[in-house]
Amino acid sequence: MSVLKKIMTAVRGGAREVGELIVDSNGTRIFEQEIKDAETHLRKAKQDLTDVMAKQMQAGRKVESLKNEIAAHEGYAGQALEQGNEELALEIAEKIAQLEVDLAEQEEVHKSFSDHVARLKDLVKKTERQLKDYERQLSMVKTTESVQKASAAITDNFASSNSKIISAKDSLERIKERQQNTFDRLAAAEQLEAENSDKSLEDRMKAAGIGDADENSANAVLDRLKAKQK
Amino acid sequence: MNIEDLAVRISDLSSFDGYQLECQPIPGEIEVLQITVGDFDELPTYVSVTDTQILCITYLFTEDEVKPESRSEMLEEMLELNIPIPLSSFSKIGDRYVIFGALSNTSGIEDICGEIITLTENAVESITALEDFLN
Repeated sequence: MSVLKKIMTAVRGGAREVGELIVDSNGTRIFEQEIKDAETHLRKAKQDLTDVMAKQMQAGRKVESLKNEIAAHEGYAGQALEQGNEELALEIAEKIAQLEVDLAEQEEVHKSFSDHVARLKDLVKKTERQLKDYERQLSMVKTTESVQKASAAITDNFASSNSKIISAKDSLERIKERQQNTFDRLAAAEQLEAENSDKSLEDRMKAAGIGDADENSANAVLDRLKAKQK
Repeated sequence: MNIEDLAVRISDLSSFDGYQLECQPIPGEIEVLQITVGDFDELPTYVSVTDTQILCITYLFTEDEVKPESRSEMLEEMLELNIPIPLSSFSKIGDRYVIFGALSNTSGIEDICGEIITLTENAVESITALEDFLN
């Protein structure tokens, strides 16, 4: 069963038991062991791979050198034939035949190493994939466990500190109220500042005799009355 | 980064992005840090560190706060909101609905603080959006 499915089953069975179920079945320890085993396999496979690749290269070099030698001898045989020395040419041809047997053998060896390398590379890839898979699953189990434990700690803390868990709506209400208060205070402060700066400007304008005359002053009232009588 | 490091580094920052972050460790089998952002006292974020990730979780509401008749509609709504909500996802732990974000263990302090602030703002946003489904 996939880990996620196990976790899901455990959650359905009762959320409080998830951590316990997984711990009870030694889930984490089994995974950790499996990861360790996979890592050992991987190391071994990689060591083997390096050995075999070295041998493959050696075989490859031998194949090359045999091919070169055959080509050289073919040249020699040609030269012997040109000189009409059939006997020498035959001896060289015998040598070439021997070299060709060696070459075929060496090519066989090289091919078998190449196949081995391909198999080992495949194995390494598979093991790495498996290792990642185990690690991913382990992380799921551990995270579930961790969340369970954290949640237990938080709940215990709530209980021990006697703090009341208030409903989401009440929380929202309080937060909004507080934000509104902050906004109001900011707005009030801004307004006050604006008024202050208006006021000081007005004062300075008045002092300079600029702007509206003070309509409530006694002189202004008298002027108004006089104007009416006319 | 472990919980102690995180607590010290958050306490060292007087504020982040204009928010005051306050943290308080919670004792228990595993270490959890309770972090409140600015004025959002009612919606603390709980941070825990595992082998692979840093988990930040904010509790939204409990099962019994959900109006039973609109529960499935709410669940569907939450599932659909999961993608549009930046960096956070909904989940459920026991009988509590939560919003959470996960970060890599190698995240810097600024990423973590940014995550916690985003998470808190998303929590307020989510409760506002889901208010009609709640008692």
